[in-house]
Order: sequence, then structure tokens, then C-alpha cells
Amino acid sequence: MLGLSIKEVSAALREGKLSATELCRKCLQRIKKTRHLNAYITVTEELAMKQAQEADDRLLRGKSLGPLDGIPFSVKDNFCTENVATTCASRMLRGYRPPFNATVVQKLLDQGAVLVGKTNLDEFAMGSGSTDGAFGPVRNPWSYAAPYRTLGHGTDPESDWVIAGGSSGGSAAAVASLSSFLALGSDTGGSTRNPGSLCGVVALKPSYGLLSRHGLIPLVNSMDVPGIMSRSVHDAAITLGVLQGQDEKDSTTVQAPHSPTALPQEFDVRDLCVGVPKEYHAPGLSAETLSQWTRVAAMFEGAGARVREVSLPHTQYSIVCYHVLCCCEVASNMARFDGLQYGHRSAVESSTEALYASTRHEGFNDVVRRRVLSGNYFLLKQNYERYFVKAQQIRRLITEDFRRVFSSGVDVLLTPTTLSDAATYSDFIQEDNRTRSAQDDIFTQPVNLAGLPAVTVPACLSGRGLPVSLQLIGRRLQDRKLLAVAHWLERQLDFPLIRFHEEDDAQETKSERNRARERTSGS
Amino acid sequence: MAASCSGNSALLHKCVQLKSMCNIHQSSGVFMRRIWTSRSKCQLQPKLQSKRAPQMVGVVALEIHAQIHATSKLFSSSRVGFSAPPNSHVSFFDASLPGTLPVLNRRCVEAAVMTGLALNCRINTKSLFDRKHYFYADLPAGYQITQQRVPIAVNGSLSFSYLGGKKRSETMTKSVRVRQIQLEQDSGKSLHDDQRSRTLIDLNRAGVGLMEVVMEPDMCCGEEAAAAVRELQLILQTLGTCQGNMAEGQLRVDANVSVHHPGEPLGVRAEVKNINSARFVARAIDYEIQRQIEVLESGGTVLNETRAFDSKTGTTVSMRDKEGLQDYRFMPEPNLPPLFVYESVATVPDGVDPAHVVVIDRLKAQLPELPGAKRTRLMEEYGILPEHSFTLVSEDGLMDFFERVVQKTKMEPRKLIGWVMKELMGNLNQRNLKVTQSPVSPEALAQLLNLLESGFISSSAAKVVFQEMWKAPEKRVEHLVKELDLGLISDQEELVKICQRVMDAHPDLVQVIRGGNKKVLNKLMGAVQKESKGRADPVHLRNILEEMTS
Repeated sequence: MLGLSIKEVSAALREGKLSATELCRKCLQRIKKTRHLNAYITVTEELAMKQAQEADDRLLRGKSLGPLDGIPFSVKDNFCTENVATTCASRMLRGYRPPFNATVVQKLLDQGAVLVGKTNLDEFAMGSGSTDGAFGPVRNPWSYAAPYRTLGHGTDPESDWVIAGGSSGGSAAAVASLSSFLALGSDTGGSTRNPGSLCGVVALKPSYGLLSRHGLIPLVNSMDVPGIMSRSVHDAAITLGVLQGQDEKDSTTVQAPHSPTALPQEFDVRDLCVGVPKEYHAPGLSAETLSQWTRVAAMFEGAGARVREVSLPHTQYSIVCYHVLCCCEVASNMARFDGLQYGHRSAVESSTEALYASTRHEGFNDVVRRRVLSGNYFLLKQNYERYFVKAQQIRRLITEDFRRVFSSGVDVLLTPTTLSDAATYSDFIQEDNRTRSAQDDIFTQPVNLAGLPAVTVPACLSGRGLPVSLQLIGRRLQDRKLLAVAHWLERQLDFPLIRFHEEDDAQETKSERNRARERTSGS
Repeated sequence: MAASCSGNSALLHKCVQLKSMCNIHQSSGVFMRRIWTSRSKCQLQPKLQSKRAPQMVGVVALEIHAQIHATSKLFSSSRVGFSAPPNSHVSFFDASLPGTLPVLNRRCVEAAVMTGLALNCRINTKSLFDRKHYFYADLPAGYQITQQRVPIAVNGSLSFSYLGGKKRSETMTKSVRVRQIQLEQDSGKSLHDDQRSRTLIDLNRAGVGLMEVVMEPDMCCGEEAAAAVRELQLILQTLGTCQGNMAEGQLRVDANVSVHHPGEPLGVRAEVKNINSARFVARAIDYEIQRQIEVLESGGTVLNETRAFDSKTGTTVSMRDKEGLQDYRFMPEPNLPPLFVYESVATVPDGVDPAHVVVIDRLKAQLPELPGAKRTRLMEEYGILPEHSFTLVSEDGLMDFFERVVQKTKMEPRKLIGWVMKELMGNLNQRNLKVTQSPVSPEALAQLLNLLESGFISSSAAKVVFQEMWKAPEKRVEHLVKELDLGLISDQEELVKICQRVMDAHPDLVQVIRGGNKKVLNKLMGAVQKESKGRADPVHLRNILEEMTS
């Protein structure tokens, strides 16, 4: 049952074929079974069972709150959860329990969704591998799935495992390993889509301003968006419908456009114009990813869509521009962590300044400290024009590139999400975090500078038995249309459900899913 | 939320440091004293110096932080309250809990726009917020949200008059340019507990809305600057945008002071921070000007530094808390979109509810009569003296009191003002009451003055009745007059009888008058008034006495 989509499991809950507590217990068991993935920092077992019981009470009375009632979900540990530890995978916030829920978390809880845990990440979401957090790296569930193991790559489960991607690697691993039906990530430069892609799940980065950031511990305020991870585009659409909309606690949110919540069953791609940006043929793009990109472009064309090459000339400057802006905001946002009011406080108390310095040195890892240092350098009066202002100008040019392409009639852009399938951990850590982020964010990051919606959809398994995904980028605030295209694509691709090597219960899950499909397709 | 004041023992060393700094100043007290003594000499010096190079003059600019009078803070919904228990008005945002975001309070924007209009500013219909970074224990976010690049109001002026000159009776008029008004957050408060060597933090004030009013270096001395501060205070109080209580820190003044020879470029300036009364503004600035002149004349250089005013010694001392170059690393506040205000309802874009935005025209229509305009009107309409117009406008509620009395009596305003200034204010001050707390209503005073004006009672009797009115404000004025038997004696015979009695008692005086010295008649009149408890009409009385002594 864990392999079902939200749509399917929700129907089963309402029909009484399944209870929310039973479902929740199964997820908690799955979390325990997959502890080695290190996907969760905190598992909220008691709270989850209590919420599931409440969902059952409602379902029994026929008073379901909606499609998410009783559905287990997990949340990246940089979203505030009331009275539940929120660490950002940093020593700085170890043991910190916020007194409030992030708006997006509250909205899910208000819909009856059941919080099973807080997921692992790179410290303060700075990274692209989920390898740089205070609680250790996240392992990609596909490292333990049948294809990777049987194709002869994963002979030693302790050394050959591949990374989950990042920074929302825990959320991606949770959804991919079937311990959560839905997970929240955050996406500043690709942090939802990158792990979504490497873990073979659907990962949506909505338009900037569509979802509230209140309660999301910021990385770069002007680019951060809560991301949605699920096992199907339809599930992402349901969740988007619940989460979107203006929030009085976040002044940068906008009213959601009026559009039907459900995705169209039949979507005609013959009216569609798909743009393929030529600059995305980047060095390091794997042959397999390139061939999937080409295959899917052909698939659109074959179905009657117009596919044409487009140019986004300033994309090449995106990473350096992002690096400056990100460091500046990080330097500023991290200033509040001084050890006085919450979080870690150093024992060095020889002076206030020494307390600040040692608290911050002990609390932050190298990655955070480097970005704080760079950011403060960029913001110095003598450097401001040369770095920050320049970066903002480049940002505008990049945004303008997208605007020009979309106004020329293109509806969506089709690109790879990552250069290749997931690297093994041992390979990945050969380079430092800064280098990896620069390499891994190149396809995902320009979208954040421009505030556009983008979604990654798993396309196939690589020769190593690992997911390869593609990204669709839409016009601003046309998230719904973007998902409609992704939905169509998903149905053409038919990406396989994960099967664990050691287990045969996945097999069972697969057949269960097929049965459920048959049931729901009739309705 | 973690109690922000707990366990700040770490800050003890900071206190120790500060203390040792104070010690340094104390030990260099010799230096300070030298300045003091030379200063008093200096006041006698202009004559001596006028022969040499022209005297150096002071140049003063002000930055005034005015706490916005609003029920909640600039970016959060916590209440604003001065004497609330520590850390009782602290929202998650005020404590800078991670993940919280600022939400702009419209009332604060309206206050800034109204203040801008009152100070003849151009209102920027689009303004921006910035972050100003520095580490301090009572600044929990590590930055202050302010308006560095594009503030809400720019290019204004503050005109003010004050009584100056030798006898403080000349009306001096002055106008200083207002560079800008910016919205920004207040910080919390650090309370240094020296005995237990720790610092306590109170965040009640953290995030309260401030208007920083930046004035150009258009002033030359403490008196002018103090007058500017008083006028601004009065304007803000009239608008209701700031309560202006300097003792409670609702209005705080930073003065940028430099000296130069007129016609030459401005000198290096020192900033005297956080002066908390208008009187201290004058003293701090005059001290600082004199200090800088002394330093330069003795061959030294003025440092670009921050200084504090010590009201006990009347001196300014270097704060040295910003050692080295302070770089605030300004950057745009990414969590707040540009702040738009609109000229009129017609310019509000479609899809925006005019009720939820700030419209300049609407606020313009609500502007009350400002102090300058009030004074002019009072002088023109009622023919009163400038100094009286100052008192009427400066005392809360006094102008209103005065105008209500004027409306209700036949007495000339010019005559009436004496009663208000002397009798009313005298009694209020004696009893430590505000005008609004006066037990004697404007109507009651008007009734009394009407009795006086119509000749029913004498002026001296009116003063006696007025005193009685404070003791028994519930009694009607006519009733008091009757009760005290203070009505004028209208009976001719009775008056003649009294006069006769007095003349009989003072045969010597009568003798002198009859001898031709008519001036002595006044003495006789005084004696009659005493006998009649001031109930005799003076003109009438004089006629009778003249007749009887002829």
C-alpha cells in the first residue's frame, strides 16, 4: 500500500478499505526499516499516531477534510514545526523547538495530513548532495534497489551507495523509499529538483510568491520557495492546490491565479510549443541524460507539439551571480544566530564579541562560515557596487532572457535537471561543496533567479540502474499549466516504482498499486 | 520563546570593559576640567578675539528618532507600551526567531506620511527598505530594517520661532532643511547590571516603529537646535504621530556638531548621541562647540567619533564603542516589497482596495492646524503678544481653553489673556495639574469675567471669587459671589455711609486732601475698598469721595 499515489490511497481511506492509523504505522515501520538512508533527523511517531487517530475519527464519521486527510508526509528540517525540533542540520539549532508552524506545514495539518518526521539536509540548505549536514549524509534509496544492485554496481552496500542530491535529500529519499507519500523541500538553486531528480520522484519548485515562506528558515529570501515532492504529478498538483495563495505573514506572496484545481484528464499537446535551450548543452552532461532529453523532445514532437531551439544567453553567468547574491543574503540571515536567545551558545564568555565569535564558529560548518565570510566581503561599502549591484544586474538579464523566450510563444522549456544520474558518495566528496553546487545547480538555478515554476519528472533508469530525470520550466504563475504538461509527460514515460533488493514486499506493493489503479480509473 | 534575559553572564566582560573605559575618562578628568575652566573664560573672550581672525562658529545638524505613536510595532503585531514588564511585548518576529518575516504596519506608514506633509516634504510614492548590519545584544536579528536608499519623505523644512535675544523676549525665526524622514525599527534595551556583572536584555522596544528625521547642518548653536527640537516635538504631538515624551525616550536626539571659520569648508564633526531633553540638547551642543574650538585652538584635531552627553557634569565624552571603521554592509531587505503610497484614490491601481493603502490626499485632508499657524492666527485674531501665543500653543489644551473663554465672554481677548496666563496657569502650576485636568471650566471662568466686565464685581473681588472657585468648582459663580457677598454695592446711601465711616477714622488724610493734595485721595479709596471688601465700583467711589472731601 505504501507505493500507492495520494489519489489512490486517499480513495482507499475514504472507502474504509484502509485506516489512517494502519497507514501511518506502516510508514513508521518503513522509516525504521530504512534508517540506514539517514533520511530523517526527527521521527514524530507519537504525534503522527495521534494525528492519524484523529483522521480516522473524521473518516469514520464521513467528515474527511479532503484529499490529504490521513496522508503521511514529512518536512525538510528547515521548516518550523511547533514544538518539534527544527535543526537545519546544524549544531547551531540542535534541540531548537520553534513555537510555531510554518504556514505550509500548518496548511497540510489543517487538511488532516499526518506529519511523520523532519527530514535531513545540507546544513542550512547549503549544498547539492545532502552530504554536508551535522547529522551525516543522506543515502539514495536507489542504492539499495534491485536494479542498481543487480547491475553489479552496488556490491558493497556500505561503500558503493550513491548520494540523494540536495539540499532536500532527506525529503526526496523519504518519498522515494515510500516512507512518506509527500514531502516538503525548499528550493533556492535547485534544492528540491536536484534530489527529486536523483531519487526519481516528482519535484515541483513553484513560482516565487505563490507559496508562503513564513516559517521556512531562509537561505536566500529572494529565491527561496517551498518545494513539493511526491510520487506523481497529480499528487504534486493536489498539494499545490492546498498550499498556494497569499499569506498575510509573508508580504512577498501573491494571490494564486484562478484555475481549476484538478489536472485535465486529457491534455492536447498539439497546441503546445516546447523550447529547448541550446545553452543547456553544458560540459559534463552525460550521454544518457542527453539521450533522454532528445528522446523526450522527440516524444513531444511526435505527439504534435512544436519543439524549437531557443537561446538563454545569460544562463552561463547564472552560477556566479547566484553565488554573490546567495552569500550576501546568507551573511545577513545568519547574523541572528549569536547564541543569545536560542540555539547553541559557546562556553567561551570572555567578552560579548568572543561569545559571538566562538558560538558562530562552533555552531556553523565550514560551508556556512565560508558563505558568511564571502557575503560580508561582497557587502562592504567599497565592494557593494562591484559585486552585489553587478549580480543584481545580471539577475535582471537572466530574467529578461526567460521573458523574451516565453513572449516569443514558447509555453514550456524542456531541459535536463542534473548533468547525470547520482554519483557515489565517495566520488562526490572528492570536490568541495562550493564546486559541487556550481556544477550541480546549473540547470536548476537560473529558474530561481527569475522566480519561475519548474518541475522535474523521472524519465528512466540509467545503465547503472539510477533515475534520470528531466525538467520542465513554465511561465511565471502558470504552475498549473506546467503541471498539466508534466502530467502528460509522466504518462508517456511510465517510470518504474522502486523495488528493494532485499525485500519482496515491494513486489507486493506493485501489484497492490495495479489493483488500486484499476479501482480508481473506473471512478 | 527562550527568555532573552537569562544567563547573559557572558556579557559581564563587556560591562567591565565599559567600566574601565569610564575610568580612563575619569583619570583624564584633568583634561576635562581644563576645558571647563577655559570655557567660562571663553565666554568673556569675544571682545579680545574680535581683533584677530574671525571667531570660529558651530555648525549643527540633527538626527531625531521619533517613536511612532501606534498600538503595534513597525513589522509585528506586538503591542507598544513604555512601562510594561520586561519582554512582555515580544512577538516571534521581534525576537528574530528564524523563519519569521516582517509585515509592515500601515499605521506607521501613515504617521510618517503625515509627519512628512507637516514638514513640507516630498512624499516618495515608492520607497524601499534596507538592512543595516551590526552586532549588538539588543539587536536580535543582527541588522536593523531601515530606509537607507529611498526613504518615505525627502526635501522638507522645519520653520520655528523662539524667544531669544538678551531678555528672551525677541522672537527669532529660523528655518532648517529636512533632508529626509525614514521609517526604521527601534532596538531593544540593554540593562547593565554592574553589581552582578551581567547585562539584561529587554526586547519590548525592539521593533517599535521609528521615524528618523534628518535635518541638514543649518543650525549654529544649542539654543537654535533645542528650539528646533521643541518645535518638532510640538508638531509631532499635534499630529499625534509621536507622543514626544523625551524622558521616556519617545524622542531621541543625535547632534552632529562641527566648527569652522565662516566661509570655510565644514570641520570634522563629532556625533553626540541619544540626548534626552531639549535643555540637554542646548547644553550638549554648546559644550561640544566650545570643546572643539578649544581643541583646534590648542593645535589639536577633532575626531570623527561618537560622544555621549553626561548631564551630571554637562560634558560630552567619547563613547569609543565603534572602534575601527564601522561598515554597516547595507543591502535591500528582500522580505518587503517596495512600499507604495498613492497621491489620491484615483491613482490607486485596479485590484487594490483603496481602504487598505495609504493615500496622501486623504491624510492631507486630516492634517490638523500646526503650531506655527496656530500662533500666527492667535496673534492676528486676538491681538495677543508673541510670547503669549507660544504659551497658548505649547501647553497642551491651553489654546482650546482660551478660545472657549473668548467665545463665552464679552471681555477683550487682550485683557482676558492675563487671566489665563497669570491666574489660571498660576493655580494649575501650584496644584501640579495639566490644563485638561483643570477643575475650573472655561465656561465658569467666562461667567466670572462677564460679571467683572458688566461691573457687577470689581477686579479684586473677581480674584477672590476665582480662588474660591478652585475650592468649590461645583458651585455656580453667581452663587459664590452672593455667598461671599462680593457683589458691587449699588446702594448710594450705603456707600456714602461707608465713606463717612472711613473719613471719620482718618481725619488727617481728609485734612491733607482738603489742603489741596488730591493724590492722597487714593489712600482713602484703598481704605474704603478694604472696608467694603472691594465691593465698591472705583469710578463711582472716587466721585463720592471727591464730593465729600471738597
